[in-house]
Amino acid sequence: MNFNYSVEGGNFSKAGTASSQFKKVLKQLNVDPITIKRIVVALYEAEVNIVAHAWEGKIDIEVDMEKVYINLADKGPGIADINQAMKPGFSTASPSVREMGFGAGMGLMNIKNNVDSLHISSEVGKGTELEMTINLSSIISK
Amino acid sequence: MKVIEIQDALNLKVLGGEEGLQKDILGGYTSDLLSDVMGHAEQGYIWITLQTHKNVMAVASLKELAAVVLIKNNVPDEDMLEQANEEGIPVLVTNLSAFDISGKLFNLLTK
Ligand SMILES: Nc1ncnc2c1ncn2[C@@H]1O[C@H](COP(=O)(O)OP(=O)(O)OP(=O)(O)O)[C@@H](O)[C@H]1O
Ligand SMILES: [Mg+2]
Repeated sequence: MNFNYSVEGGNFSKAGTASSQFKKVLKQLNVDPITIKRIVVALYEAEVNIVAHAWEGKIDIEVDMEKVYINLADKGPGIADINQAMKPGFSTASPSVREMGFGAGMGLMNIKNNVDSLHISSEVGKGTELEMTINLSSIISK
Repeated sequence: MKVIEIQDALNLKVLGGEEGLQKDILGGYTSDLLSDVMGHAEQGYIWITLQTHKNVMAVASLKELAAVVLIKNNVPDEDMLEQANEEGIPVLVTNLSAFDISGKLFNLLTK
């Protein structure tokens, strides 16, 4: 099954809309609550990163029996040093974004902590692509 | 403890999301950083913050928090309250600081 959402850069009044819509889908699909929570945290952080740091983006999600695969591709400034961006506390968020309580530099860590695999690629001046997978069986088999 | 019991005990004013006043509070978290709450609050927690915009409700709803408490008589944006009403997540306000209200809540919840 495929699900697609688009994200507007800079529009904080809509930040989280895709995450909230996909959460409803996961509930309908009867995914277990713990896995839903992990997916929602990772998806929300990645969605908000497009809103906060990029110009526009697309979210493509593929769900099968074993996993949820999420691809977020944006047009934006890109990330020059991905290792540095992953460090807790590192943020390039603007003062106005920080005032809203974003820009703690914790989002990418939240993503990493909640997915089974994460791959980030980016080209400065062009955009960023995040691929993450959450295994649907991981909780059950543990 | 239910949200309504805490509202009563601590003299909080309900600004929106009345529908959720019967929800059980399972713990609390005090933070003004949304990613911090996203990463560390749990379902059923009450969230103490000075943030007053709509994204607070997005986080509260995604994390299935019990309620949001605004400190120092902070005034929420209109669209924050609209979303609180839609989601049925209570938004309460206190005149106390984050420290003081967190302390009182901690005492009530761990009694
Ligand atoms: N999609 C993106 N496009 C461009 N830069 C990005 C993107 N996502 C993350 N970054 C860069 O990586 C940094 C760290 O991201 P991270 O999500 O960890 O923190 P943040 O967004 O700054 O703050 P927080 O997520 O805590 O609100 C950002 O400040 C930004 O410089
Ligand atoms: Mg972020």
